[in-house]
Amino acid sequence: MSSQDDYEGAATQSRATVAEFDDHRRGFVGSFHHALHTTPALVPLIVLLAAIVIFGMLLGSKFFSPFALTLILQQVQIVGIVAAAQSLVILTAGIDLSVGAIAVISSVIMGQFTFRYGLPVEVAVACGLIIGTGIGAVNGWLIAVMKLPPFIVTLGMWQIVLAANFLYSANETIRSQDIAANAPLLQFLGTTFKVGADADGRGGANFTYGVLFMVGVILLLSYVLKHTAWGRHVYAVGDDPEAAELSGVNVKGTLISVYALAGLICAFAGWALIGRIGSVSPTSGQLLNIESITAVVIGGISLFGGRGSILGTLFGALIVGVFTLGLRLLGADAQWTFLLIGALIIAAVAVDQWIRKVAA
Amino acid sequence: MNKLITGTALAMIAMAGTASADGHGVSACLITKTDTNPFFVKMREGAEAKAEELGITLNSYAGKVDGDHETQVAAIETCIANGAKGILLTASDTSSIVPAVQQARNAGLVVIALDTPLEPIDSADMTFATDNFLAGELIGKWAASALGDDAATAKIAMLDLAVSQPTVGVLRDQGFLQGFGIDLGDPNKWGDETDARIVGNDVTAGNEEGGRKAMENLLALDPEINVVYTINEPAAAGAYEALKSIGRENDVLIVSVDGGCPGVANIKDGVIGATSQQYPLLMASKGIEAIAAFAKDGTLPAATDGKDFFDTGVALVTDKPVDGVDSIDTAEGTKLCWG
Repeated sequence: MSSQDDYEGAATQSRATVAEFDDHRRGFVGSFHHALHTTPALVPLIVLLAAIVIFGMLLGSKFFSPFALTLILQQVQIVGIVAAAQSLVILTAGIDLSVGAIAVISSVIMGQFTFRYGLPVEVAVACGLIIGTGIGAVNGWLIAVMKLPPFIVTLGMWQIVLAANFLYSANETIRSQDIAANAPLLQFLGTTFKVGADADGRGGANFTYGVLFMVGVILLLSYVLKHTAWGRHVYAVGDDPEAAELSGVNVKGTLISVYALAGLICAFAGWALIGRIGSVSPTSGQLLNIESITAVVIGGISLFGGRGSILGTLFGALIVGVFTLGLRLLGADAQWTFLLIGALIIAAVAVDQWIRKVAA
Repeated sequence: MNKLITGTALAMIAMAGTASADGHGVSACLITKTDTNPFFVKMREGAEAKAEELGITLNSYAGKVDGDHETQVAAIETCIANGAKGILLTASDTSSIVPAVQQARNAGLVVIALDTPLEPIDSADMTFATDNFLAGELIGKWAASALGDDAATAKIAMLDLAVSQPTVGVLRDQGFLQGFGIDLGDPNKWGDETDARIVGNDVTAGNEEGGRKAMENLLALDPEINVVYTINEPAAAGAYEALKSIGRENDVLIVSVDGGCPGVANIKDGVIGATSQQYPLLMASKGIEAIAAFAKDGTLPAATDGKDFFDTGVALVTDKPVDGVDSIDTAEGTKLCWG
């Protein structure tokens, strides 16, 4: 064996490390920026903690009570669940304006199928979930196969679904008492349980199954997006659909599955909505599309797709919740909340751009 | 294909025929905030029934959502262009609609505000509405009597409609406070009262979701709240859910305004203590009658004695009557409810 053919020997002499980018920047700003770049949920987490500390200092025990802190979770649970769906869609560089409408019509279907047609409540809930998924799949099909822009498709679907919701329900509310008596399963996600309450059941922290569901769905999606092929495909499609297609990703299939899954999650949000307000009311959830996009953007998911972590969305929703309750407890006019949240949205996009620019 | 075109042409001629036949009859417009809210649905039913009875052609318009001002302005313009004799209007934006209303009145139409007074109230030829201040006052008096001596130390949550303080929300809120025996400050706005019994005001958008959130916010301010005023019964139902989640649903008094069928059922179930019932069907049918009278000889509708609007009446509905406040029970309320 001549020395020229000594491949084994050559291999042992080569560098054992895989190709990598050196981080040449040094110093605090450099490493801070690097941390932000690699952990997109860090920015909203810092803002969230800062908001909690500031409101805590201003309000003391009123804000730092288990009651108030868990109240924030309860108040953001619906937005949080819907924002999880919105995150998936925005990761593919899309947007879903119909999320709130899907949530509401799913809740109306669950209620009306039970009370108008007398179906068993389990079947009615399943129907609501299936129809929510179906509407999402139609969105996905129009976007992936018909190549229509997501903004237009979901803008149209928002109006269609909302109108169908009002026409179908005749805008009649199904009362909480009737639901509690005949179909308590509809209110299941609203079931409250207390941690650390005194003997009379006063004080302590209040949780609902809806809150657990919100946290659960976000943790699950976070795992799936990071550690499964489907999850990586979602990021790839959002970053550059042509490159993804060329590397063998089924772009159409991924898009349709994302919108269908978003529809399913929204239908669950509709179920949680019944639990939260007790009744089935066709007029609820009108602002969910905007609120969910707000949570996603403040949570640091890029509107241009392919970047950001779904945990950030949870923090984004919580930031809005902390601001809303904190300002309310301070006695501020509700308009201040909108003003500050507007400023936060713009700041979040600015931070996103900064991270991209320095990284480029 | 030719058949289709001929058929369409014939149909159009036939339609034009009916339109011109109706042309010398009287036509009227009904413009509501939305066409899905049961309150406005009932209003439309009342107007349609009366219009048919009097042989008036009625065109109904509505905003897409509550607060949809542009669509209402466009509807007024359409009515003027259509040569209608009069407009029944439930305005979303009570001040901004005024120039459009003025335009209609200049064109010779009679404009009647239903349910929601315009700002100023004489921008319309007449207002047919519930006395919203009185509606609030009734539940305020009832709540104070029901509490007895505890009224002096009550802790009150005020669940209002919207931050823009529309007239209907201000009147009910201020009426309640007056009835309860609280100094009003400026009676044209809520939130400026200094009475220590008021824990705070929050807004509900008049639905269950908003009612629950507003109640939670105020409970975070003071968990000992024991009286809750609500702008309407959906907001009251939401507030009840918030109280239920902390186990206080039985020791808090909730009062409301509207008198819709689900609301009256909630009184029967003890969710709400008392509500002031209003009568949308009556408002609309009286409105159509007024347009018919105006079309006939130019008569303008007159206001109720001592008020600057035509009062369509209000009744307190409760199963726990108190001395000094007239009320009807839920059986009677169910018969009259509009939901």
